[in-house]
Order: sequence, then C-alpha cells, then structure tokens
Amino acid sequence: MEGKSELENKELIRLEHVSKSFDGQVVLDDLNLVIHENEFVTLLGPSGCGKTTTLRIIGGFETPDSGKVIFDGKDITSAAPDKRPLNTVFQKYALFTHMDVADNIAFGLRISGKSKSYIADKISYALKLVNLEGFEHRSVNSLSGGQQQRIAMARAIVNEPRVLLLDEPLGALDLKLRQDMQYELIRLKNELGITFIYVTHDQEEALTMSDTIVVMNQGYIQQTGSPEKIYNEPENAFVADFIGDSNIIDSIMVRDKLVSILGHEFTCVDTGFGNNKHVDVVIRPEDVELSEARPDTLCGEVTDVIFKGVHYEMFVMANGFEWLVHSTKMFPEGAKVSIGVDPFNIQIMNKPASEDEEAATENDQN
Amino acid sequence: MIRTKKIRNLFAAPYLSWAIIFIIVPLVMVIWYGFTDSDGALTFANIASIARPEFMKSLGLSLLLSLISTMLCLIIAYPLCMILTEKKAGKAGVVILLFILPMWMNTLLRTMAWQTILEKTGILNTFLNFIHLPSIYIINKPQAIIIGMVYNFLPYMVLPLYTALSRIDDSVINAARDLGANKFQTFLHVTLPLSIPGIISGITMVFIPALTTFVLSQMLGGNKILLIGNIIEQEFTQAYDWHLGSGLSIILMVFIIINMVVEAAFDKSDEQ
Repeated sequence: MEGKSELENKELIRLEHVSKSFDGQVVLDDLNLVIHENEFVTLLGPSGCGKTTTLRIIGGFETPDSGKVIFDGKDITSAAPDKRPLNTVFQKYALFTHMDVADNIAFGLRISGKSKSYIADKISYALKLVNLEGFEHRSVNSLSGGQQQRIAMARAIVNEPRVLLLDEPLGALDLKLRQDMQYELIRLKNELGITFIYVTHDQEEALTMSDTIVVMNQGYIQQTGSPEKIYNEPENAFVADFIGDSNIIDSIMVRDKLVSILGHEFTCVDTGFGNNKHVDVVIRPEDVELSEARPDTLCGEVTDVIFKGVHYEMFVMANGFEWLVHSTKMFPEGAKVSIGVDPFNIQIMNKPASEDEEAATENDQN
Repeated sequence: MIRTKKIRNLFAAPYLSWAIIFIIVPLVMVIWYGFTDSDGALTFANIASIARPEFMKSLGLSLLLSLISTMLCLIIAYPLCMILTEKKAGKAGVVILLFILPMWMNTLLRTMAWQTILEKTGILNTFLNFIHLPSIYIINKPQAIIIGMVYNFLPYMVLPLYTALSRIDDSVINAARDLGANKFQTFLHVTLPLSIPGIISGITMVFIPALTTFVLSQMLGGNKILLIGNIIEQEFTQAYDWHLGSGLSIILMVFIIINMVVEAAFDKSDEQ
C-alpha cells in the first residue's frame, strides 16, 4: 500500500454531472466520480442502483443524457467504444463462439493490425497469465464457466488497455470458484499495473479486492472510500446496512461525545451533530461487548444463539431492539446480559434527508 | 418397461403409416417410373434424356433464375433483418408479420396480381407513361419470373435470417466494438459469421421451391419460357409420359440433395 498516495494523485477518469434515464426512469442523477491511475475501483450496490449503467457509459455503450466523461484530460463522452483505450470483461463473457480460444484472444490484435509473431507471443502470454496454457485450439463452447471467464479476461488484456472494465464477471460462477477468481483478479491487477473498474452487488467481493469502493443506490453515490473506511465509518444507514451486518439504532445525540441509545447514555467520539438531535447509530455485531447483567447498564436477554465456527452469533433483546452480536464468548439462551460498546466503535450518522433514502432505510430495517 | 414401450410404439403408428403412404410410396413410384420404360423394363433412357438440348436449356435456365432470385432475396432480406434485430421485439414483430402476411394469400392470386401489374398495358406501365417515362416490357420474360420468385419466396428467407440474427447476443457485438472493431469490421468478423446458419437455411428454403416451380413460370413467362418444372409438368399432364417425367424429377432431386448436403455440412461446422 506504500506509494499508493502518490499514484492516487494521478487522475485518469472523471465523470462530471452525468445523468441518464431510460424511458423516463432516472438511473443516474448528476453523478460525479474520479478514478485514479492503477486503482482497483469497485462500483457496489443493489441491482438497479446504476452501477452497470455507469460502467457502460465509461465503456461507451451508453451515452449520458447530460454530463461529461473525461479520460486522461480528453472529453470522450461521445467517442465510440472502439475509439476508447479501455477494454471490458462482460458479465456473460460474450466470447465469439465461431472462433477457437486463440482467435478470440487475437481478435483485438488482428483488428489493430499487429504482426503474426507479436499476436502469437501475446496469446501464449495471456493464456499463461490466466492459467490456461495449451488451450489455444479448444472451442470456446467446450470450456467451463470459469475457463470462459478467464478467456474473456485474456481477450481483453492482450490489448494492453489502460483501464479494464469488469461487469460482474464472477456473477455466474459458483462460490468456491468465485473466491479463487477474486485472488486471481488481485494478482492480475498487480501484474498488469493498470486500472480496474469492477461492478458487483457482492459486498464481500468488493471488500476483498478493492482499493476504493463506490457504494451506489438509486442512481446516487452513497459513499466513496477505502474498504476499511466504508466498513468502519459508513456515512449513512444504507451503506452501513449494505456493507456487512450491523445494528442500526434510532438514537438521540445528547451533546458532543454523548449519545443516548435505547434510553442509556453511551460515550462516543463524534462531535458536531448538535444537542438532543435524532441520529442513527451504527454498531457492528463484533463490536458489541456482552457481560453479566449489572445495574445502571443497558441490559437485555439472549433470545437465540447460533454457532458459526469462528464465533457465536447471538440475538439480544434490549429495550425493544434486537441486537445482533458476534462474539467468541457464548451466553446461553435466556441469559441476562449487559451491553457495552467501546466509544470508538459507535458510529453516528445523520438521519437521511431525502425521501428516497428514507424509504430505502425503512425497507432495510424491516 | 416393455409394455410401455409397446404402447409408445402404438402412438407412433399413425405417423409411420402417413410417412409410408404419402412419402415412401410416391418416392418409390417416382424412382420405379424413372428407371423403367413403358414395357416395365429397366432403362436409363429417362434419366439420360436430360442431355436433350431443350431439356438442358430448361434446366440451365431454372438453375440460373433460382440462383438469381435466391441471391436477390438474400440481398433484400439481410439488411431488413439487421434493422429489425435492432428494433424492440414488438415493432420488429409487426414488420415481420407484414412480410409474412402475403403468405396467407393464395399463390395463384398473388401471381395474377403481378400479371396485371407487369402487363404491356398494366399498372406499372400506366404509371410510367403517366410520369412521361417509356414503358418497360418484362412480362413473359425471365425478369418477370424472377420478380415472381423473389416476391413469393422472400418470407422464407426473412424468417430464418431474422431468427439467426436475433439470436446473436448484444454483448457479443459490444465485445467486438470494445476490442477495437468498427461497425463494418464487427459485421464482417462477428455478425456475418454468426448468421451463416440462417443464411444457409434461407438459401435452401428459397432455392428449392424456386427450382421446382412451374406455376410462376407459366403465369409470368407466358408459354414462351419453359423451366424444368414446366417440362416435368407437361410430361405428366399433357404427354402422359410418366416415365420421362419421373426421370427428369430424379435429376431435379439430385440438385436438391446436393443443396441439402451443403446445408448439413455448414450446420455441422457451426456446432463445433
């Protein structure tokens, strides 16, 4: 991660006030996004959040209704896909079924008129990179989903794009293969040293692979930041709920560094929310500390215990709110417990302002 | 198990008898007549008679006109189908329906309409004279037959082509563009090769009826142009020489079988 900050300075792609609607339905609303050179950026969000549309606008398959796409200082908003220095790995692989593996990989190189020996070198290099050596003359229909996905990747990277766009490329693979491919993608990214823009709805994928995560919902960017920041300091209830499990509790900010959660006052580290203001508090399940019930604390009763291998998952009912708790220390069902939280692990968020967000939050809490 | 198999075979019986009565028996009869003379003795004379200059001329003309019509159908249908695949399913469906609609009308009726259009004093020439252009005389000429063939058989080209083209996934086209191919290169290297199965079945479905037609040539060619279909028809209905008619039919069948073998070969290479 050293030296990353200096790379981050070099801006590569900038989306300026990009809006797009289909049949009167707004998919992207005044989206602004900066992507840096050599960055692994993930656009993360539920289906219909506009992440794929954003990717297609960068790739040139959609034209925004308004706004600009700037690539390395040049306006490419209306440039055709073949005129853009980037390549895409499509969700359904989109291999050419009338060609064998080698011809698929060579497609872009032949179009740009590269020499035969150069193409042959590139094909074997790319197949080695995706661990499919010796597959040159196989028919693409005979390959498994994972192999097809690797060929689609090889086909894109031989053209030495400055940016690789990946549209949910692991979506169709089974869990084990998906996890293997995540490491493979990180390795590829490091070997190639290019920018990856990755679209997914899988938060675990996003947390594992990304330098930067862009959380999107209903055409808006909810939060942009490193995986750690997105996880530990979600800016709103949507992000908190979408990334990992969390307890989101309607609370009152009494004053700076003091919040009243379910009628009990907790010390926290946040300031600047005002006095006696309604806020959302996010507490990750692994940050909830349970102990034997003591007076003058927030007390509850364990309603359910599930063994999860690494930890126990417990549900604790306290003052009308059911807490989700992950802990290696088990309290049996029916036990009376005290709930404590380290001040650093209490994340305070303003209540959502727009109606859209409110609706989303309500849905998530139900 | 054996019982259910027997019952299943019982259900197949009607289809089997249909195939025997209406396909196998007529085929055997044609072959029988084709290889025998009026005394029932084995002969190759019927087949060999194709070498007669007037028969050769008809066969040649049939092949030529069918080939031209097939190519014209392909040239007309391909751009149409490409435009349609880019349209939304509903709109494309309406246009496809418009192209298929004439098939609901009797072929004779449609061909008669073309007679009145192409006649010396027909609709076409009336219109041309009206805008002070000279008349064109193509009725009773090969051109008229080609028009009739293209008009009648175009739907058979449109349907398989449209099916093949609409089966090509958008993302495959996008992938080609993404890899640097412009619109023309994408067409040449991706769309066209992927639509070959449709092209081949379209060609077969137009070429075979065009090669065997006798109605179109009779109505639009007067009695001046004899296609191989007309010759065979005349042998059966006027000369009552079933042996010669069958012999010539077998020759025609050979060309159709060649066409189908080529199609099957392309189908196989597509699967791999």
